[in-house]
Amino acid sequence: MAADPASMIDWGLLALDPPGWGGVLLAGLMSSIKIAIGGYSLGLVLGTGGAFGKLYGGPVTKDLLEIYTTVVRAVPELVLILLLYYAGTDLLNRLAASLGYGTVDISGLAAGIFVIGVVQGAYATEVMRGAILAVPPGQIEAARAFGMSPLLALRRVTLPAMLPHALPGLSNLWLITTKDTALLAVVGFSELTLVTRQAAGSTKAYMLFFCAAGVLYLALTLVSNLVIRLIEARARRGWAAR
Amino acid sequence: MPGIEGAAPMTERAEAIAVTNLHKRFGALEVLKGISLTAYEGDVIAIIGGSGSGKSTFLRCINMLEVPSEGSVAIRGEPIAMKQDGLGGLAPSDRRQVQRLRSRLGMVFQSFNLWQHMTIIQNVIEAPVHVLGVSKAEAVARGEALLRRVGLFEKRDAYPAFLSGGQQQRAAIARALAIQPHAMLFDEPTSALDPELVGEVLGVIGDLAKEKRTMLLVTHEMKFARNVANHIVFLAHGVIEEQGPPEQIFGAPKSERLKKFIHSSH
Repeated sequence: MAADPASMIDWGLLALDPPGWGGVLLAGLMSSIKIAIGGYSLGLVLGTGGAFGKLYGGPVTKDLLEIYTTVVRAVPELVLILLLYYAGTDLLNRLAASLGYGTVDISGLAAGIFVIGVVQGAYATEVMRGAILAVPPGQIEAARAFGMSPLLALRRVTLPAMLPHALPGLSNLWLITTKDTALLAVVGFSELTLVTRQAAGSTKAYMLFFCAAGVLYLALTLVSNLVIRLIEARARRGWAAR
Repeated sequence: MPGIEGAAPMTERAEAIAVTNLHKRFGALEVLKGISLTAYEGDVIAIIGGSGSGKSTFLRCINMLEVPSEGSVAIRGEPIAMKQDGLGGLAPSDRRQVQRLRSRLGMVFQSFNLWQHMTIIQNVIEAPVHVLGVSKAEAVARGEALLRRVGLFEKRDAYPAFLSGGQQQRAAIARALAIQPHAMLFDEPTSALDPELVGEVLGVIGDLAKEKRTMLLVTHEMKFARNVANHIVFLAHGVIEEQGPPEQIFGAPKSERLKKFIHSSH
């Protein structure tokens, strides 16, 4: 019996319906993707604001943003997640209690998105700041010379002109985000890694389930790469071939 | 051309740009030391001078890309409102006024500064549509006519990086014309071009001069300045060393510096 390697793998465990765990795994993947998209979007917003604040803000804004990016990038993400998740929920509950609302139940999804967003925002701030600095000053000066307001120049010239410079860094951040979601397993959020561990633990098929999870993460990356390539081609349309 | 015969521009024409006692300091360095100059409608004024004479800074002060430290600028009789900036210099006090006045001053840069993520026609219609509020259809129609004029109609859907320097600069001139400017400001428009591309750009600017468009032109092309301008201003060390009609400036220069400059630039 042990001589036949094929019988060691029980593919039925991956079936979509119970007793197979396939459906659970896919649901975990969907949760991971939801958190990644939500956290990444929040990170982009924070990063854009942070970059412009760092470049054009007043001294107080600049200092506060410097503290934000330095602290968040210095502390291990796992620690930040534990800190923001437990301490953050605790703080929110105390606040709610002092305002007379009683305890609030914070959804794991919202907390996860918030935590990932804050972390990604710090990195995105630096990526965007570098990209804005890479825009030739003449492009922005021309916008001013033709009477554009600062906001119009930002929307029509600075943002689209910096995009090709920001995309390599931002694509990297996206791929990191998809894997950062696995860290939320430590706070008990049912994303792909946690449900994989549960499936593996209850069936003892460790090899099968962790390989399956690896394949799912890989698939997510491959699909992401396709999309990134399309966006990059679009953003670099005005660039001469190198 | 009415303005060409006299050194003093004729007074019955309206003032297009009036600069009074303009100073510009960068820290301890005073680049412009009190310049006054009036351009009337239809004037083509060439500003010449050695590098570091402050001629580009002067031009950039007119549309407040550089903020003067002292003095005043008026566009078509409307002074640009200035206030003390608290550091001993000046700052425009009404941002909207500056934006409105800029939107009718067509600036052409040394390094073209076309927006790289837009096609040529998108560059040309950008300010008319998004700053002046012209309808897109009208802006495109006018923009295509301008591109035809500068010989770039067939390049309207190309991106700037795929054009030669001369083509980019002609596109930049079309972009400046598209806002139907009260005056054109040229900041060394041929200095970044390969020698064989200079002619096509000067040809376009020369045609504009013939139409009696109001133009201020900072240039190193002496022969061109002599041919198209009705007034030449020679800047040296931040002051107007000498000015007058081209025949006088190039034919009978008075100041030693100007004589030396004309001699060395041949």
